[in-house]
Amino acid sequence: MQTLDLAATNLRDVNAALQQAETGTNESFEVINPRGSHAIAVGLDAPIEVFVRGSTGYYCAGMNQQATVNVVGSAGPGVAENMMSGKVVIEGDASQYAGATAHGGLLVIKGNASSRCGISMKGVDIVVHGNIGHMSAFMAQAGNLVVLGDAGDALGDSLYEANIFVRGKVKSLGADCIEKEMRAEHIEILSRLLRDADAAEDADPSEFRRYGSARKLYNFDIDNAGAY
Amino acid sequence: MCGIVGLFLKDKSLEGALGGMLTEMLVTMSDRGPDSAGIAVYRGADDGQVKITVQSANPATDFEGLARELGADVTIIDTHAIVSCSPDEADAIRAKIKARPQLRVTSAGDAIEIYKEVGLPGSVAERFDIPRLQGSHGIGHTRMATESAVTTLGAHPFSTGPDQCLVHNGSLSNHNSLRRKLARQGVEVETENDTEVAAAYLTWKMQQGANLGEALEAGIDDLDGFYTFVVGTKQGFGVLRDPIACKPAVLAETEQYVAFGSEYRALVNLPNIETARVWEPEPATVYFWEH
Repeated sequence: MQTLDLAATNLRDVNAALQQAETGTNESFEVINPRGSHAIAVGLDAPIEVFVRGSTGYYCAGMNQQATVNVVGSAGPGVAENMMSGKVVIEGDASQYAGATAHGGLLVIKGNASSRCGISMKGVDIVVHGNIGHMSAFMAQAGNLVVLGDAGDALGDSLYEANIFVRGKVKSLGADCIEKEMRAEHIEILSRLLRDADAAEDADPSEFRRYGSARKLYNFDIDNAGAY
Repeated sequence: MCGIVGLFLKDKSLEGALGGMLTEMLVTMSDRGPDSAGIAVYRGADDGQVKITVQSANPATDFEGLARELGADVTIIDTHAIVSCSPDEADAIRAKIKARPQLRVTSAGDAIEIYKEVGLPGSVAERFDIPRLQGSHGIGHTRMATESAVTTLGAHPFSTGPDQCLVHNGSLSNHNSLRRKLARQGVEVETENDTEVAAAYLTWKMQQGANLGEALEAGIDDLDGFYTFVVGTKQGFGVLRDPIACKPAVLAETEQYVAFGSEYRALVNLPNIETARVWEPEPATVYFWEH
């Protein structure tokens, strides 16, 4: 494992070293002394594994493709923002808008996530072992958000097509978000995600409720034609 | 965007290092706001003296002979001067200072001193020798101006009552109507700045008998806009975020201190931060600690 020290090397050089890893090399790296720096391990595009030993600032692992990034600490705002593929695992907590706009891959938060988790998610899978804050999955378009703990206010507000699975309490649902029937296909998705997120031993799919879009906000209703 | 740091010491053995730790925290936040910077430090609360911190754009002329004219001890530090007197002389000295409009009072009280100027945190801290200051708690702010001009008086912290101060990351949308409402209650606000109105509002609530926590709770209903506030009083230190909570905030607590940072990286050099309880304060939730 190659070690990159942010106390001795500047951020651009550390990120350049990670970004230069070529597909097929399967290298692994550790980044030490992150000390809350912004934009650590962003823009990766190879199946490498990165361990960040400590807590990170804004936008860690943003735009990730293929790589596996493990933060052995907590993550600041916007972790895994716009991820396309790969896997990002946060051992601690994540700050606001974790996984925002992400198109693919898996984001696992082993602690709690704060507000706006999965805002505008477009296909990513997010599994939070703890709780999530208010306005999570706001305008979510595709993908799955799985929460083993509780959800804050206005969950799934203005939702398009994403599945939200919550095991604990939901403080309130946002506009156009409703509870939906859990069918076999959803149990299957949930089982796979819990397994992939190291949560299968902690939670059983039958303990979750599913929430989704009532599809009243984003479909044009002819009765409203006069309003335009 | 602005940067806020705060440090409330529980362990007296750290008091000698307060200014040094606060300066390091604030300098780390420099890129959140390059316009102006300020620090409030609380020290000497029980020495029996009242301190009035004054600021002047022309210290060489305005501070000349000030001690003699006021009949008080004056310690000059760059563009600021600390006027010290006994509590029963304080009102008369405040009146004499008010008669000299070139002097602006940045703070007054038993413990508080506020230093603020236009410039980066590093240069402001150096001008006022902040790293040398000891104290029980302190708050720092680095500003990216949105609601009023980049001037010394528009810099944070704002102090509108004895030993009180407020710093703010965000912007208030109802500060003009609230300013008029406070004026009808006889509360004066000196600048066009939104944060000063919030500070005056909290002072007004506390004058009516609320404690810091109750004043902040009332602010959730009466203040409209985006805010992460950090507030200082003689004994205490408080934090409040608006219900939307998009302005960042991190708290850390150990047996030795409570620390606030707009970002975690402001806290990384504090003693034993690795084992501290670190968390993001909840929206619309009042946090405060008192000695």
